[in-house]
Amino acid sequence: MDLQYGPEFDAFRAEVQAFLASAWPDSRRATADTEGVTADDQRAFVAAALAENYMYRSIPKRYGGSEQPFDALRETIIAEEFNAAGAPWRLGAQGVGMIVPTLLEAGTEWQREKFIPDTLRGDSVWCQGYSEPGAGSDLAALRSTARLEGDEWVINGHKVWTSDAAEANYMFGMFRTEPDAPKHAGISYLMMEMDPKRMDVRPLRQITGATHFYEVFFDDVRTPADWIVGERGQGWQIARINLKHERNFGGGGIPRSRFESLVALARETRIDGRPAIEHHDVRQRLAELEGRIRCCETLTLRQLSATANDEEADVALGTLCNKLYNTDLGEDLVQLGYDLIGDAGLEAPEDQSWSSIGGGGPSADWVDRFLFQLCGAIAAGSSNIQRNVIGERGLGLPRDLRSTT
Amino acid sequence: MHFGLTEEQTLLQHTVRELAAGEFPPNRLRELFDEGTGFDTDLWGRTAEMGLSGLIIPEEHGGAGLELLDLALVAEVIGEAALPGPFLGHALASLAITHGGSAEQKARWLPALATGDVIGTVALGETNEAWEPETWQTEDNGGSLTGAKRYVEYGDRADLLIVGTAGGGLALLEGDQRGETDIVDGLDRTRSVTHLSFDGAPAETLPGGKDAAPLVCDAGRILLAADAFGAAWKLIQLTVEYALEREQFGTKIAQFQSVKHQLANLASDCEPMRGLFWHAAHAFDHMPAARAREAATAKSHITDTAVRVGRRAVELHGGIGFTWECDVQFWVKRTMFDRTWLGSPRADRERIAQMLGW
Repeated sequence: MDLQYGPEFDAFRAEVQAFLASAWPDSRRATADTEGVTADDQRAFVAAALAENYMYRSIPKRYGGSEQPFDALRETIIAEEFNAAGAPWRLGAQGVGMIVPTLLEAGTEWQREKFIPDTLRGDSVWCQGYSEPGAGSDLAALRSTARLEGDEWVINGHKVWTSDAAEANYMFGMFRTEPDAPKHAGISYLMMEMDPKRMDVRPLRQITGATHFYEVFFDDVRTPADWIVGERGQGWQIARINLKHERNFGGGGIPRSRFESLVALARETRIDGRPAIEHHDVRQRLAELEGRIRCCETLTLRQLSATANDEEADVALGTLCNKLYNTDLGEDLVQLGYDLIGDAGLEAPEDQSWSSIGGGGPSADWVDRFLFQLCGAIAAGSSNIQRNVIGERGLGLPRDLRSTT
Repeated sequence: MHFGLTEEQTLLQHTVRELAAGEFPPNRLRELFDEGTGFDTDLWGRTAEMGLSGLIIPEEHGGAGLELLDLALVAEVIGEAALPGPFLGHALASLAITHGGSAEQKARWLPALATGDVIGTVALGETNEAWEPETWQTEDNGGSLTGAKRYVEYGDRADLLIVGTAGGGLALLEGDQRGETDIVDGLDRTRSVTHLSFDGAPAETLPGGKDAAPLVCDAGRILLAADAFGAAWKLIQLTVEYALEREQFGTKIAQFQSVKHQLANLASDCEPMRGLFWHAAHAFDHMPAARAREAATAKSHITDTAVRVGRRAVELHGGIGFTWECDVQFWVKRTMFDRTWLGSPRADRERIAQMLGW
């Protein structure tokens, strides 16, 4: 067991830090007023980071990436240092995180050339059309349709929980194109331009009061026939490609930074005339959370090591448990924060910057965080779905008996 | 960079598992549990032959010279098998002498501890949960011990006892000088505990005792955490097996989603703890500034969780889980010992708070 990265990597880390110090200076760091950061600032930074090969490393140069050999340790260092500096490490979660890897793996050459470079530059912004009112956990039950008319798909239906739909110029999503095929086999993966005339994009107001998600109504929206990824009826398999790309190096820092802001809250808050952090029950709860944060941090380290050393099987169970563990930890963390803010808990969140960007950022509004955490057990695979997967794939327990498959 | 087990470590765990399965089938564990001495001479002999009794003793004194992580990995498997025996006390006594003994004490005792011919133990805790060195009150007046120690692992049987003394020091006491013994009717019948009292018992001060004592306590915390981790996984495994076998309402109870979800919750609570004790054990030897905090974190978090896992395991076994006859109780009680011996989660969490400057 050796936790040192080694001198070559320590030198690399120093290089990355030096780059960030000049390209993303202190005035723009996470603790500062982030309103001062423009979209142009972000793009300029991304271009500079790309030139250093810090960004888009898994993407071939001919599509605008830096095409670097896979290196888990370098990627972790980059993610850690960029996070610490509050610097963007990609532009657009749906674009770079989802459609780009999907096109790299399953798209045609012209699709990659057409869509990837603009997406990496931030010129194309994507949103995702997956969930529907009647298709959440049971996503394959989706009912939005696409029918082929000549050389176009004609799309009708209703998608929900679409992040960034108002800013997006493109959408990718799953639509039912084979009405007579069995459930999973009737879905195709389509791309389209956002069309204000035929799409009604409505904000979906969260319980927090903020807007980050949208719903989209499709009324004969049209897209070229060849804007399909994969074959007809293959959409479900195509969508699952994304699941392989969800590993996010350097993500282990997120629980720790949230915990630090909770500790800060406990120092600032006073109970019975002295800081909350001096009270026994608060100390006990914080120390209990610290134990679980350390579990997250050491699990992330195990995952990094497994990837770097080709020992992925060793963390298979840990990876299955990751989301559920973090959700439960996040819940207890915000619960303590909410307990500490006292009567401020009667007020609607003034500062909704946490929930309005889908979680994260410097906002210290604990009501916003407490309410936003409600989606942790729901989004991106609900906790009960996670429990099913852990039970079945992790422990070998039988699958649910279902009335329909 | 490698935060994972080496091939040697994987082999070590495998070998101990094989030994446990071969030497200690379930009915033998039950026999011993019912008998209550918590000691099986043959098992102790076999583990000593395997090198477990000298695993962390330096090579120059006849041990394998391995690190605490290696011993913790062994402790995990011992916990998983609920192996009875003085493994913990013996390892801590060896550590005490290695880090705090004089050259002469090391030369005299470490080789025999390494072979297991001498069984060592540590006598640390006193009344009012005084487990920590700064709370010890047993007096060492130039090698003469007066005081009382509680819950000493195999205190009635050990040949060599390392006793924590007032001011945070350590003294070495031979078994025949152990004084009055009061064998406790302990809950975990795989690990016998005894109260001792000394009235002028002749002992030898360990010259480096004050430096060694915190190390001994931290190593103990990590080994208990590892034991509890192994026990927790055993509890999950037993419960999965039971759920896959037990039928009610015309189906195996594993088919019920609530059962599946409860087991998934237990797995999710436990698996992330694996790296926690690895890192704490690694820090013990390689990251001294983090040692105490990581040991306290591993002990409090893992043993606390393991006790909860045990309680859910009983629930999921239904009525049979509530019986003496059901093996689940061995690990329920194993985790309860791990949680309480050497200080409760509450005590360790307060120490963590202080160490983090809260």
